[in-house]
Amino acid sequence: MIDGRSQIRQRAGLRLWLSAGWLSLLALAAIFAPFVAPQDPLVQDLFTSRLPPFWQDGAEPGYWLGTDNLGRDVLSRIIYGARVALGVAILAATLAGLIGGIFGLLAGFYRGWVDIIVSRVIDIWMSFPPVLFAILLIAVLGTGLHSIVLAIVIIDWTRFARVVRVEAMTQGAMDYVDAATVAGSGRFGILMREILPNVLPTIVVLVTLQMGIAVIVEAILSFVNLSISTDSPTWGGMIAEGRIAIYQAWWVLVFPLITLFLTVLSFSQLGEGLKDRFDPVLR
Amino acid sequence: MSAFLSIEDLTVELKSGMPVLRGVSIDVNVGKVHGLVGESGAGKSMIGKAILGILPRALSVTAGSIILDGEELQSMAPKTRRELIGATAALIPQDPLTALNPVRRIGPQITRRLIDILGWNKANAETRALELLDEVNIPDPDRVMHSYPHELSGGMRQRILIASAFAAEPKLIIADEPTTALDVTVQKRILKLIEEMQERHGSALLFVTHDLGVISKIVQSLSVLYEGKVVETADLRNFFMQPSHLYSRALLQATPKYTDPDRSLTPVSDEVTAILADEIDVWDKEHGYHV
Amino acid sequence: MSKALFQVRNMYLSLPDRARKRVFGPAPKIEILKDLNFDIHRREVLGIVGGSGSGKSTTGRALVRLLKPTQGSVTFDGRDITHLGAVALKPLRRRFKMIFQDPLSSLNPRHSVSRLIGGPLNLEGFSDVDGRVVDALSQVGLTKEFMGRYPHEMSGGQRQRIGIARAIASRPDFILADEIVSGLDVSNQAQILNLLENLVAELDLTLAFVSHDLSVIRRLCHRVMVMHQGEIVEIGAVDKVFDAPQHSYTRELLNAIPLPDPDQDWAAA
Repeated sequence: MIDGRSQIRQRAGLRLWLSAGWLSLLALAAIFAPFVAPQDPLVQDLFTSRLPPFWQDGAEPGYWLGTDNLGRDVLSRIIYGARVALGVAILAATLAGLIGGIFGLLAGFYRGWVDIIVSRVIDIWMSFPPVLFAILLIAVLGTGLHSIVLAIVIIDWTRFARVVRVEAMTQGAMDYVDAATVAGSGRFGILMREILPNVLPTIVVLVTLQMGIAVIVEAILSFVNLSISTDSPTWGGMIAEGRIAIYQAWWVLVFPLITLFLTVLSFSQLGEGLKDRFDPVLR
Repeated sequence: MSAFLSIEDLTVELKSGMPVLRGVSIDVNVGKVHGLVGESGAGKSMIGKAILGILPRALSVTAGSIILDGEELQSMAPKTRRELIGATAALIPQDPLTALNPVRRIGPQITRRLIDILGWNKANAETRALELLDEVNIPDPDRVMHSYPHELSGGMRQRILIASAFAAEPKLIIADEPTTALDVTVQKRILKLIEEMQERHGSALLFVTHDLGVISKIVQSLSVLYEGKVVETADLRNFFMQPSHLYSRALLQATPKYTDPDRSLTPVSDEVTAILADEIDVWDKEHGYHV
Repeated sequence: MSKALFQVRNMYLSLPDRARKRVFGPAPKIEILKDLNFDIHRREVLGIVGGSGSGKSTTGRALVRLLKPTQGSVTFDGRDITHLGAVALKPLRRRFKMIFQDPLSSLNPRHSVSRLIGGPLNLEGFSDVDGRVVDALSQVGLTKEFMGRYPHEMSGGQRQRIGIARAIASRPDFILADEIVSGLDVSNQAQILNLLENLVAELDLTLAFVSHDLSVIRRLCHRVMVMHQGEIVEIGAVDKVFDAPQHSYTRELLNAIPLPDPDQDWAAA
């Protein structure tokens, strides 16, 4: 057949490897933070305050990316911040995907009153302004990991439900569903055996995209100090602090920003790469 | 008399270097109908697309020439070429559903070519559109002009596309499987319509199809394609009565004939496929492609 | 044992018109099939022809109970299956099967051949499923190497043969073939038609062959049923209907056959 399949495969490969590479690195660093981080992220030492990154004059060994106003090592704080970012990302995205995916599948496949109810609920739910909703939620529940995860799930499950619903409807109209009916499969059996495997790639891609979104949401919340309650470093918090001293110590702002950017980019590229990989026509 | 459309030794490649059209040579004379037959994947649609300059991005012309009305298309500047094609050629596409823009009314879709490419004014273009809709036997052309594609039947949409194709009095029409998506009774009417329009307007017509029954109703001569290579060119009677290439014979053997239902249908045999594969290999080697 | 495997009496079928759906409440219904009355005799090949919108596919699907008639009855082997629920139908399912037009959409892209053919066999409670799958594959001329392949790794003709293998694997009494060669090249079409003819003879099958191609119908079928706008306009032995059509629509259809012959224009009724 005439097409550029091999080229798409090449691009997908590179994209997948780079993004998966960065995310794996980050995840490993986060998991093994106590062993990997060169310094204690919380220790304040006014003698080591505002040290520049290693390639500049005045840098000191052991503080690779420099230190902030209070002498805390930027690199170590970034590594510990990854724990929060990735933790929120994985939990929130998976939960949102699970809940949204289930509702989407049921609505899209069974149609009828299930679909009518779920669709109306989604419509009404989505008409709440999301940021306001999140802040309200946190005000009620208090700050902390659980609130952030809950806020993201509560707001974004509808995104999954809508897309999965359409995908389930599309697959449900395929002849192979009829073929399974003719073979004697019951509706639920068809949903599990025929529809789900074909909708799963979409869900996986959305979950990875959602992880990127979750990282940003957490960063925004920690930027305005509504994130976790302890002193644990967060990328958003570092960016907020770094903003103030940007002319004296640009590295305090720039490095967490770059890390944030690379991480979110990697999640979206991972999603794209996985989507290409999962498409059976390209396999 | 030299041909109105003369394709010589046309070779089209994929970006990866694989040939998709292999040295295709076809002539179509003024006011005549020439057919392109072959199975799917043989490259018949590609030829039409190469002429009109609408090949998909993964493909490019790497050898040969396309001469339309005395002008060599490959060596022209893209803009000049587009203008020449717009004024001289037109396409009747396969799928009337996707060929029309679903969010625009019919009227603008017909007049667009006249107004934008040929510079007609709106009033003249609309009059012409109404004339054409009438020519293709569409009842109540005025209402149809203001309708959207989804409000009309498949047969009507195909008529609109035919009308649209003849709008600028093109000298060459390329019909790419125009009846494949239609019902058998609608197909007959559309084929007759295309024939009428072609005769009346005197255009040269290149008719692409995989259906041997259809082709025998409308063309005077034809070329048979296999994997991008022309394996036989003949006039209509000779093709059916005394096909010279094994593949042509095999195709005829495999086609069910209504008037001879008990004749056995033989698919293209492995021997014929092997012979064809050899021919392709020989051509590939001669032209520097890996085999 | 009666001659008729299927008996359809006064069957009406309406489907919701999704295009005119309102926000709350169900969509209004369109009558697709009107008052159908016909039998399908054991071991015959019945052709069902008509243009698009004639209801031929819908009729087929009603026979295999993919759709439920709104009125009237469908009797299979003496048993009224019109209103049977999924559970009651299940044991009967192995006896009537369907082959679809588009092998790409009728074969789950994520299932391997062994699962595509073996899945239904498992559901139907057969033993030695793998053996039966290999058997079915060989009957359609494919080797057991195909067991592990996926739909996108095969050609159009091969996919269609998998569809056939899936239908014959449970040794059904009846098969509905819904436009199964319409999307195929003339060479593949010939292969599939020859295959089908052989299988019908070998396996003692009753076949309903839905198609718009009258040349194929003439070749393959014993009787033919002509449909137009949801109604049966003519039904009878193939030669009789085609040589001496009674209904004007049948004549119209026959007149529209393009004969692959430069001297004969269109088939004259």
